[in-house]
Amino acid sequence: MDARQRSFRATVIGVALAMVTLSGRAEGVLDPWGPVGATQRQLLYECVGVMLIVVVPVIVLTLAFAWWFRAANRRADYRPDWSYSGKVEFSIWIIPLLIVLFLAAVAWGSSQELDPYRPLRSANKRVRVEVVAMDWKWLFIYPELGVASVNELALPLDTPVTMHITSASVMNAIFIPGLAGQIYAMAGMCTQMSVMAGKEGVYSGLSSQFSGDGFSDMHFKVIAADAPGFERWVAGLRRSGQTLDKPAYERLVGQRGSAATAYYAAADNDLFDYALQRGTKPVSAVKARAVDPRLGVCRDMTLTNGVN
Amino acid sequence: MLGKLTWAAIPFDQPIIMVTCVVLLIGIAFVLGLLTWLGRWRWLWVEWLTTVDHKRVGIMYVLLAVVMLLRGFSDAIMMRAQQALAAGGGAGFLPPEHYDQVFSAHGTIMIFFMAMPFVVGLMNFVVPLQIGARDVAFPVMNALSFWLTAAGALLINVSLGVGEFARTGWLVYPPLSELAYSPGVGVDYYLWALQISGLGTLLSGINLVTTIMRCRAPGMKLEHMPIFTWTALAANMLIVAAFPVLTATFAMLLLDRYADMHFFTNELGGSPMMFINLIWMWGHPEVYILVIPAFGVFSEVIATFSGKPLFGYRSMVIATMAITVLAFTTWLHHFFTMGSGANVNAFFGITTMIISIPTGVKIFNWLFTMYGGRVRYTSQVLWTLGFMITFTIGGMTGVLMSIPPVDFVLHNSLFLIAHFHNVIIGGVVFACMAAFTYWFPKAFGFTLDERLGKMVFWCWFIGFYLAFMPLYALGFLGMTRRMNHFDNPVWTPYLYVAMAGAVLIMIGIVLQVVQLVVSIRTRQLRRDLTGDPWQGRTLEWSTVSPPPAYNFAVLPVVEGIDAHWAARRSGVPVQVGPIEDIEMPKRSALGFVLAFLSVTGGFSMVWHIYWLGLASLLAAVAFWIQQSWSEDDETTLRARDLAAFEEVARLRTVRA
Repeated sequence: MDARQRSFRATVIGVALAMVTLSGRAEGVLDPWGPVGATQRQLLYECVGVMLIVVVPVIVLTLAFAWWFRAANRRADYRPDWSYSGKVEFSIWIIPLLIVLFLAAVAWGSSQELDPYRPLRSANKRVRVEVVAMDWKWLFIYPELGVASVNELALPLDTPVTMHITSASVMNAIFIPGLAGQIYAMAGMCTQMSVMAGKEGVYSGLSSQFSGDGFSDMHFKVIAADAPGFERWVAGLRRSGQTLDKPAYERLVGQRGSAATAYYAAADNDLFDYALQRGTKPVSAVKARAVDPRLGVCRDMTLTNGVN
Repeated sequence: MLGKLTWAAIPFDQPIIMVTCVVLLIGIAFVLGLLTWLGRWRWLWVEWLTTVDHKRVGIMYVLLAVVMLLRGFSDAIMMRAQQALAAGGGAGFLPPEHYDQVFSAHGTIMIFFMAMPFVVGLMNFVVPLQIGARDVAFPVMNALSFWLTAAGALLINVSLGVGEFARTGWLVYPPLSELAYSPGVGVDYYLWALQISGLGTLLSGINLVTTIMRCRAPGMKLEHMPIFTWTALAANMLIVAAFPVLTATFAMLLLDRYADMHFFTNELGGSPMMFINLIWMWGHPEVYILVIPAFGVFSEVIATFSGKPLFGYRSMVIATMAITVLAFTTWLHHFFTMGSGANVNAFFGITTMIISIPTGVKIFNWLFTMYGGRVRYTSQVLWTLGFMITFTIGGMTGVLMSIPPVDFVLHNSLFLIAHFHNVIIGGVVFACMAAFTYWFPKAFGFTLDERLGKMVFWCWFIGFYLAFMPLYALGFLGMTRRMNHFDNPVWTPYLYVAMAGAVLIMIGIVLQVVQLVVSIRTRQLRRDLTGDPWQGRTLEWSTVSPPPAYNFAVLPVVEGIDAHWAARRSGVPVQVGPIEDIEMPKRSALGFVLAFLSVTGGFSMVWHIYWLGLASLLAAVAFWIQQSWSEDDETTLRARDLAAFEEVARLRTVRA
């Protein structure tokens, strides 16, 4: 082995190792840090496993049949008219059918169980976060705490959090890999996502629905902290001294472009309903900056048969 | 006078675009110069631009698709390069406002102007031959369909140098595509180009459905039709049902943008969600419009090269028709994350999975077609085997995403991108490649170089896995689609591998061109005088290659499936009886002229040059009416001349 070969081999091994170690500590949907993410991953593995029951044989049989029945193989039977077999026909319809029956049951059950609108159970009191997607940043409002932040979301550990989500402009999707997946943010509409952080740490979230030129910068920091840590984070917001009232909100919406993190010590308590109604009206129509009580506001979508 | 059009529309400050434009203009000038130098203008006009022969129309469709493949692939490799370079906080070489146009153009061109023309072109060329017809039901309309598609493709490419293309993604989701957020002409280019080409596709669908239902050879019942014809019937029924939805949806978006209406705006009662529902009500069937004929191609190839009839013909037909119907029941799986609620999502998840049953059956049918056969490893068979393996994996990832909670973590990620490239490259593109080499000798009378053909396959096959398997991994790592830059170092190595894959595919495309050039240069050595180089099974192989304008001197008589194979075995030819006079349609300038006027009209509307738009429309209608009054649209081929021609062809075959 000469030097060039050795260095080539070293490079190959190096790249392989780098990929393994990097992916080992990579965050992502296979490395969940909350119960919803964990269940989703479990579901993903199960479904792949079940499908491999048919996928692996198909691939193996494709290669095997193609090899054995090659024209040059005179040991293989040539049956130039064979084109029907009841038994084979029955099996090839019934096997995919059974697998799909199983997966359909899984899909039905898991859709209910992991419905993002379904609040999560926990001993801790539920926290509400209101999310507004803007061009191109994320606004997070904590209505019960009266604080707000831009591009930074903190979640208290083991506490169910209900996110109410809307958009101030185009469609976006809030996506927090490893936590609970994603849901669209749409102007004038309120979507919901239930999440719960289970592992302390700093993670990242992003928009997964393309929303224009600044889309790539539309990511945010997600802090999962224990109760004292979360309190400290909220206290930090309170110290900022900024107030997010409706004029400030309009200014924030008006600044198209990516934005740095910002903290607000206080936020108007009807701000999210305002954002929701503001999303469907031209700027000229919201001069009054008032929330119309007759129009739709984001109510908790309590499931009729659900927990809550 | 010129609406919004000014010199500012030409991006002189963008070196990448300007160099591309100059190269394109030089290329066009070269071709025009060559035509002049060779004195081929009249030939071009008579033999191609005004032809109504379904075979030539089909060939032009495929040529358009191949050219658009080059364009769409350039976009692809720019995207891969950008993401490989823009790692670790780097900006890459494409700023967002350019990159956004690149990925929008890539999707639009690959689906509407590469995959669609390729598949429609194959159906145009093959179906009348397979059913023993002399042409499609409406030959002039067929030429019009092609030219409208070409007009749309031209408009899209004009946007490269004059103005801009949409920066919204390939399906122009509102409200981003509304005037408030996309005030430029990009979305207008998109909409007008697709309205024009969509009309062409719809007409082509009507044409082929009519052809298959009404123009089959004597004795060919539905249950005698070759599988490719069945799949063409299915795909064209889908076109007829789905494309009006596309046209209506785009019409509403156009009204929003031009007439201040509010179908899909945020304000004044508009609902962007409606657009997303409507566009996928077209969009999901569209997937099957592309892939069902691909299934047909593989069915023909695997039966031919196994030397056996297709296993489970009835199963295959039932599966095809089941997919056709079910295609309309699954659109919502493209947006589970819109928040429709658990029951709705689960319903559409399950309808999606149900489609995998007939699809799975098809895979097994191809498998058992090889069983008991004598499989010849031609390049077409390699494409088919590559497809069976690749498509099975793509099907699995698709079913995985049909489970709503799983989709919540994978939607809009690179996993999704990997999935649909897995089924579209592994299914549709592989089929187009197989079909290209399979029917090429029928179209031109000589075969393509097999050695190069196999190299092309291996480049695409390995290149595909290198380019898209890392994207599956990146999806798991939380990387979403359409990112211009990012600073997550973990993603970078995967993007390098993907880039390498794209380069390998590029080598495949280059080799494909080389294959074509080499084969044309050595065509004398590779002439196929038999008309049946592969020991085919269906009627198209029973006429000479290339077939005469009238396809069959005597209409074939069919008594079962695989008519040509049966005839070879029994020794009784499919064409029996005396040669009679044949009425053939005359060439017509209608398609070319209407398409020309739709380019001027579409371009004027994009730039708000309303007088020219209106003038183009009026001129088109006037020309159309004038042509419709013409009674002189058919010509008679005399039996005596036909007999002489057929005798020459027969002698050639005998000598071979």
